[in-house]
Amino acid sequence: MSSPAIAVPIAKRKHRVWSGDESARLLTLVFAASVLLVTVLLVWQLWQSSGPSRAKFGLHFFAGANWDPVAGDFGALPFIYGTLLTSILALIISVPLGVGAAIFLAELAPPKWAEAFTFLVELLAAVPSVIYGLLGAFTIIPLLRNYVEPFLKHTLGEIPGVGILFRGPTLGFGYLAAGVILAVMTFPFIIAISRESLLEVPRDQREAALALGATRWESTSQVVVPYARLGIIGSIFLGLARALGETMAVTMVIGNDPNIHASLLASGYTIAAVIANEFTEAVGKLYQSSLVELGLVLFLITIIINGLARLLIMATRGKGTGMAA
Amino acid sequence: MRRRGYRKFVNNVMLAATGVCTLLTVSVLFVILGYLVWNGGKSIDWDFLTKLPLPQGQVGGGMANAIVGSAIMVGLAALIGLPVGFLGGIYLAEFGNKTFASAVRYMADLLNGVPSIVIGVFAWTVIVAPMHSFSALAGGFALSLMLIPIALRSTEQFLLGVPLALREGALALGAPQWKVVATVVVPAAMRGILTGMILGVARIAGETAPLLFTALNNQYWATSLRQPMAALPVMIFTHAMSPFDDWHRQAWAAGLVLLAMVLVTNITARWVLSRGTAVQKS
Amino acid sequence: MRKSRTLALAGFAGLWFAGIAVGQSINAAGATFPNAIYSQWFNEYKNKTGVQINYQSIGSGAGIQQLTAGTVDFGASDVPMTDAQIADLKVKPLHFPTVLGGVAIIYNVPGVSQQLKFSADTLAGIFLGKIGKWNDAAIAKDNPGVKLPSDEIVVVHRSDGSGTTFVFTDYLSAVSPEWQSKVGKAPSPKWPAGTGQKGSDGVSGMVKSTPGSIGYVELIYATQNKIAYATLKNKSGAFANADANAVTAAAAGAAKAMPADFRVSIVNAPGKGAYPISTFTWLLIPSQIPDAAKRKAITNFLQWMLTDGQKEAVGLGYAPLPKEVVTKELKQISLVK
Repeated sequence: MSSPAIAVPIAKRKHRVWSGDESARLLTLVFAASVLLVTVLLVWQLWQSSGPSRAKFGLHFFAGANWDPVAGDFGALPFIYGTLLTSILALIISVPLGVGAAIFLAELAPPKWAEAFTFLVELLAAVPSVIYGLLGAFTIIPLLRNYVEPFLKHTLGEIPGVGILFRGPTLGFGYLAAGVILAVMTFPFIIAISRESLLEVPRDQREAALALGATRWESTSQVVVPYARLGIIGSIFLGLARALGETMAVTMVIGNDPNIHASLLASGYTIAAVIANEFTEAVGKLYQSSLVELGLVLFLITIIINGLARLLIMATRGKGTGMAA
Repeated sequence: MRRRGYRKFVNNVMLAATGVCTLLTVSVLFVILGYLVWNGGKSIDWDFLTKLPLPQGQVGGGMANAIVGSAIMVGLAALIGLPVGFLGGIYLAEFGNKTFASAVRYMADLLNGVPSIVIGVFAWTVIVAPMHSFSALAGGFALSLMLIPIALRSTEQFLLGVPLALREGALALGAPQWKVVATVVVPAAMRGILTGMILGVARIAGETAPLLFTALNNQYWATSLRQPMAALPVMIFTHAMSPFDDWHRQAWAAGLVLLAMVLVTNITARWVLSRGTAVQKS
Repeated sequence: MRKSRTLALAGFAGLWFAGIAVGQSINAAGATFPNAIYSQWFNEYKNKTGVQINYQSIGSGAGIQQLTAGTVDFGASDVPMTDAQIADLKVKPLHFPTVLGGVAIIYNVPGVSQQLKFSADTLAGIFLGKIGKWNDAAIAKDNPGVKLPSDEIVVVHRSDGSGTTFVFTDYLSAVSPEWQSKVGKAPSPKWPAGTGQKGSDGVSGMVKSTPGSIGYVELIYATQNKIAYATLKNKSGAFANADANAVTAAAAGAAKAMPADFRVSIVNAPGKGAYPISTFTWLLIPSQIPDAAKRKAITNFLQWMLTDGQKEAVGLGYAPLPKEVVTKELKQISLVK
């Protein structure tokens, strides 16, 4: 017999002690909810702040190629163009190199080398953006200005058609510089994730190909890579998402020109760069809200691309962990 | 026979080609590190680490306030972001209600995908403008927003990795759920969680964009957290874009310090993780 | 003894973390044009009085915007605020001219070691994009005997809202009807040609490293970085450099006819020795500063700046304010309540 039964009045019974489980649940719930709240607040705030420009320009904002703070006329097209152009340029350079390196590290390299190289590549992903910008400004720009761009201008620039991509003064700054820097920054993502996707391909697929007399390359290119292709494409999308949102490295080399140019050698602007440069001096509600609207556009684009990337990577993972025979 | 020779040839060529790809990409890292170490090493001196910046055009001075400022704001961000991410992650892994947990997960992924410059814009609107001052608090807040999703995801991931057998064993001994989580599950996953947190902190230490309109910059020591504060990445940005050779020299030095901090943190975190998880996977 | 020291340190740290300021700290932002002398002034003033004025040179446009948003204690600009901008502020700002400076035309022309000369028309033609090569007839006419290369001219302008840009475009509008109608004067106009860089630093950095380029920055950026700058033909037909004497000559007329709010333009001033792209630069001080300690610190600084501070102008290539202007300004300090 423990404690004597005490008749507790009903009113008092309401103040029972919270059990440990409930407190823990509540505490962690509060923090989880705060994550949800702050994200909702962020999206709502962006929507609010971009109100004036959305009201004034509507959908015409996306077609407008004029960015004139003095006249109060703002159009997003030059920045959307610059953002997409530099990112695509980056992928054109980094995808062949990155996927090639991933194939090497996953399939063809001796294991010790593969581990060491993979480690080094993953460290590349940790290098801050501003340091890429520093290197871009002091090493890549002079290289482009003094050697690469004059070379491109006098060879490819002379060919009719393609030539318009390589006209104009060779400043070093511009779309090409931004594309090169972004390519370097996306290498680690493409290599790491493609490599993981390749490693998820079941051994028996490779061994079956080899047993049929294929060379290592044939086994890789005709069996493994197609099997992992969704994951590889996913890594490309992830690299793209990273390139689209990149601010500092691009701001330091893009040349700050809010106009559309056909030539890759020309200066341009990206959404992230224009916000970084002009936000503190955006005098007037319309100017500031136009910049915020640009930010919203960029956010939306990265959400879509990130979402697609994740779907593709998950699809490969599902295949990889399929039932073994 | 000739066909096989051709196929072998293609095989070797492609092996070489992909090897070249790897070498090219890895050599980029070496170039980055090498150039930075070379130029930064030449430029770092005791003055750089201990003195304040000098007026424009004067040679000398240093970035002591930026080094300390970065440490303070990253510390602030960790103070805010790590507990939120950690406890939120525990909720998602241990106590979560299906729909609410999915909503939180989705929002965290959304937050993770916000471009860093947009985070800066948000922090300016909700903290700097109402407070009527640029501040280290705003900078720390902006950085914490980038840290939260990283801490949340890594906590949840490593908690879910703890084997069921461990949990069930503890529950069978009569412990309430919260006790199981606190004394068994979390310690088992701690190594991985810590790694994720350290990597997250290293990531935000290098971020510049969120600080541009929040902490702004400061030529001197900030007199309080509600004042603008200097940070290393921002200094690198302004000094690199200037025409002064001495400022370029200091930008290299700052780049070296920043990269060293980030890489050392990264390598330490990976080493911690690689020492094996505390629990044998069944 | 040790315990009380630790307590003191802990108390100090506690206050600091609580966000309570230890020591007087004032925040300001604005023009890059006068940054050389402002950074020197604020540094000296700190050493002298302990008052810390943290000035961020992010451009005149940003200075005006942050003053409007109330995130800085005062702003700085080379372009006076417009009536519309003043109306946007809850507290009326007072313009305090600090120094005079000249906007130098910097260039990087390979193979040319003599100082280049430009007439107003040539300059307008270059920045309109009509004159594309360095060996163009117009430039050759301005520079007889100088061997000019056939390189393309790379125009570098400001990409941010800049007072320096306003002064330069003010000048171009005054001397070139075509510029006036096509572009006009503004802190960030639609440039017909060229690449943009952020801040005077950015422009100087790009011109310094890009052969064939031409830009416009305050003189000190050219001299501190050893970048070549041109001599310009002024309204009277004589050639002048952007140095202190020529800038002072340009301000002579304005000194006598200075309006009460100190907002005035002195570009394309008459006079044989005048530099045509000269300007005042202003601090934008709120007319009401509720915090008594801040108000005292700022007004004391203004006092010091108008008296002792002026002595340092010439050393950095700026011109000190004319005496009449200083007298008027000292009176304006009492308007800060």
